Amino acid sequence: MSEIHVDHLNTFHLDILREIGNIGSGNATTALAKLINKKVDMGVPKVNILEFKDVADILGGADTEVIGIVFDLSGDITGMMMFVLDQRSARILVNLLMGREIHEDEVFTDIDLSALQEIGNILAGSYLSSLAGLTHLKIAPSIPYMAQDMAGAILSVPAIEFGKVGDKALFIETEFIEGKDQVSGYFILIPEMKSFHKILEALGVSK
Amino acid sequence: MSQKQMIKVGMADLNTSKEPGILTTLGLGSCVGITLYDPIEKIGGLTHAMLPDSTQIRDNKNKAKFVDTGTLQLIDQMIKIGAKQHRLVAKLAGGAQMFAFQKSNDLMRIGERNVIAAKKILQELKIPILAEDTGLNYGRTIELHTENGVLLVKAIGKGVKEI
Repeated sequence: MSEIHVDHLNTFHLDILREIGNIGSGNATTALAKLINKKVDMGVPKVNILEFKDVADILGGADTEVIGIVFDLSGDITGMMMFVLDQRSARILVNLLMGREIHEDEVFTDIDLSALQEIGNILAGSYLSSLAGLTHLKIAPSIPYMAQDMAGAILSVPAIEFGKVGDKALFIETEFIEGKDQVSGYFILIPEMKSFHKILEALGVSK
Repeated sequence: MSQKQMIKVGMADLNTSKEPGILTTLGLGSCVGITLYDPIEKIGGLTHAMLPDSTQIRDNKNKAKFVDTGTLQLIDQMIKIGAKQHRLVAKLAGGAQMFAFQKSNDLMRIGERNVIAAKKILQELKIPILAEDTGLNYGRTIELHTENGVLLVKAIGKGVKEI
């Protein structure tokens, strides 16, 4: 099978990517629900194939302040995994986890930030392990790296990786929402295209 | 804010404007924003480049994606609307390293390499760099004001800088 290029994906490829997002984020959503002991809903995964100039808009605008927890993926599947939250959701999530009252305007302490990283770690782990189980491929996430910054600045990192091989970026994005306290955020899987080829093969689907 | 026209420049994108337009790019991370300005004609240009060198990448059709070809194309477009190359002055912003893992891998130190590439091409073109706000580990939103060539740099929790 020849290399698949992000600019030339067909609907069949997109269906598979969406299904990967579905399985991965389904598991991560369940993990999150257990972690905070609340009901968490998940949106329909979206496969976004974007021109670079539009990339920064997927999280509500390039200068929206978000918290991104990022994992560099190595093994058979390479790329990045991101867990992104807006500031308010991140605060509520930390407070839920710590069993504290919810204050929306506190500054994060080091312990809060480390708790967020750990939440990211657990969720990314469940997303990726379900994907690894499905494909029998090895996926090794790095330790979590966190940035509290503008969405565009955070998304520039994976976008640049796509820039090396083409003119579009591919993000498998799933929104999750905890209804009562309105925590919402995104799981984003950003596979390198050469991994996509391996995923298709592993699933026994030829072009 | 006044009614001046804001012209948004996205990733791997470039644009020009005459006074009083404001060229802006939001959430500049590891990419580098190169702004050029002709102070006599009051013409500004901004390119938001993702990668340092078009000759290192096979697929290099999109000129604005690269520091080298983006800068050259920006100058061409500015000349078309009346700027003179010998009068151009430059300011740089961006080139941050957003995540610590970028350190471990030489390929990933892309922000720093973007800034180095920008300085190199500007030096080759004899365009002086008047100011820069580059590197470190945070995102920036920038605005080039064509009425006076001022570059505003905003970062979260760091206020607004005028360079």
